[in-house]
Amino acid sequence: MSTEQQQTRPVLEIDELSISYGGRPTVSNVNLTIQPGEIVGIIGESGSGKSTLAHSILGLLPSSAAVSGKALSLAGRNFLGADGPAFRSVRGPGAAMVFQNPMTTFSPLHRLGDQLTDLLWRETSLSKEEKRQRIVAVFKQVGLSNAAERLSNYPFELSGGMLQRVAIAAALMMRPSLLIADEPTTALDVTMEAQILHLIRELRAEAGVAVLMISHHLGVIAEICDRVVVMYAGRVVEQGPVEDIFANPTHPYTRALFACEPALIAPGVDRMPVIDHEALRRHADGRKTA
Amino acid sequence: MTKRTPILEAHGLGITVGTGGGVFSAGRKLDIVVDVSLSLRPGKIVCVVGESGSGKTTLGMALVGLTPPTTGEIIFDGTPLRDFSKTSFRPVREETALLFQDPASSFNPRQRIGDILAEPRRIAGNGATTSEAIASLAQLAGLPSSLLARFPHALSGGQARRAAVARALAVVPRLIVADEPTAGLDVSVQGGVMNLFLDIREKHDTAFLIITHNLAVARHISDELVIMYLGRVVESGPTAEIFRNPQHPYTKALLDSEPVPDPRHRRSEPPVIGEVPSIFARPSGCEFHERCRFAQDLCRSQAPQETAGANSQRVRCHFPIGEAVGEPALAIA
Repeated sequence: MSTEQQQTRPVLEIDELSISYGGRPTVSNVNLTIQPGEIVGIIGESGSGKSTLAHSILGLLPSSAAVSGKALSLAGRNFLGADGPAFRSVRGPGAAMVFQNPMTTFSPLHRLGDQLTDLLWRETSLSKEEKRQRIVAVFKQVGLSNAAERLSNYPFELSGGMLQRVAIAAALMMRPSLLIADEPTTALDVTMEAQILHLIRELRAEAGVAVLMISHHLGVIAEICDRVVVMYAGRVVEQGPVEDIFANPTHPYTRALFACEPALIAPGVDRMPVIDHEALRRHADGRKTA
Repeated sequence: MTKRTPILEAHGLGITVGTGGGVFSAGRKLDIVVDVSLSLRPGKIVCVVGESGSGKTTLGMALVGLTPPTTGEIIFDGTPLRDFSKTSFRPVREETALLFQDPASSFNPRQRIGDILAEPRRIAGNGATTSEAIASLAQLAGLPSSLLARFPHALSGGQARRAAVARALAVVPRLIVADEPTAGLDVSVQGGVMNLFLDIREKHDTAFLIITHNLAVARHISDELVIMYLGRVVESGPTAEIFRNPQHPYTKALLDSEPVPDPRHRRSEPPVIGEVPSIFARPSGCEFHERCRFAQDLCRSQAPQETAGANSQRVRCHFPIGEAVGEPALAIA
């Protein structure tokens, strides 16, 4: 394959993906493409299917989930209908994930250094010392102070913000082409959130990693994403460049979501707006019958 | 605006807990909350804002006696509490309802929602507990009566929050202390909870003490803000003034850290770096100096006292930020 093709090949291609549990659709007909180095945000409320979609990319859904569609490709390889071992080969180099709660990401019983060393099990050519150096290097990259000392720390010895840095380091160490971040700052304080968002943006610039950022927070999406995908009731209702969607949301749900964002409402309103889900349902039904 | 007797006042409230210590080592005293004063008038909403470890939850719990304060004074409805014993707090608790951070875990998992809502009335011997009465109570909080026969685990986050609010309203309280009432909720559900609070205030003149880290919520719902850092109040005053013109560098950093939902206004740098220090190792002088852009020698050596800042704000800083936004007003060159 020529280098030119490699540059333009998307890191993630999802074509008409649907996921259901016991016949109940959770994600319906989703199309999503992520180019190298791009930061794409998925926004939606609880139950919109955004986490289910993200988990399906790494084959992390429970066996009760029925996944169907045309394609789910990571770095050009189709993983639709793939089994556990096939997904295992892509977890890490293909895509790595950072979870919402850094406190439960790691085992409480093992030192962080040992846990990260275990992640490098594939690298049989590396000596123990080389692995250690690689971990220290990536700890420095994510801005952890006293990187070498952190290796002997247990998770409880670090704050949530520092542990989330370790989680990002663990993901980056696998040199993934796609970093999936599922609400990575929701469990953090706002001053730490600002620092983690800054870090993700820097890593994109330095390492060129593409990011799929899942959030329910419009501020987070606006801060770092190039493109945004709006999900509602398992469907993508709107997607496009973040500037366009924020300046001119067209779908009624996106508009309702923006109307509810307290940071976009001038102070002094009598009551806060809420989303009228009934009206949205009528809108959807109207379009179906039309 | 008439100055009415505050429903709850605290002066110089401090909470110290002992920790560690064993056969061979002496325990240590930890100051969780230091010298906090605040006052809540009927029908007013005060938000206590701060990051994890700022002592905001402990303060809220102390005001109703769940964590007894160590020093200071609490005045409830004009009468100072004799001491901080359980019995002294009884009148406070009779008039106060609490909303805990995690509503689902604040319910008895083996009780149905209807019974949970009826229990406060049964205990207080006040109010009807018929199923119609409970259904109309649930309706006040926007909770469908079809959910009353369910157990807590069958409720969604927003429904559990509404059930907790309905329980708080069972015996109409004069004060509601709410710990993170919007945490973990979607924005539109957040709006619903805030509207509910505003309705309750309008109907019953209830005062609210809301503990939150959500600045957007605080901005919309509160009349006054109390900003805490490491157990101390660093700034307090009218909400609109603090948002317009934050005086303490920490307040400003906190306000600037909140990401703005506008891709045209991205930050080039995080407004403040590092994290809140441990209360086991409080910094010398002003406890924010290690993270403060404007820190000077004085800040490192001497703790600032609370002073009256501009526009009826109170601020604990040697060099409060002046009217010129973004630039510190240096009192000493």
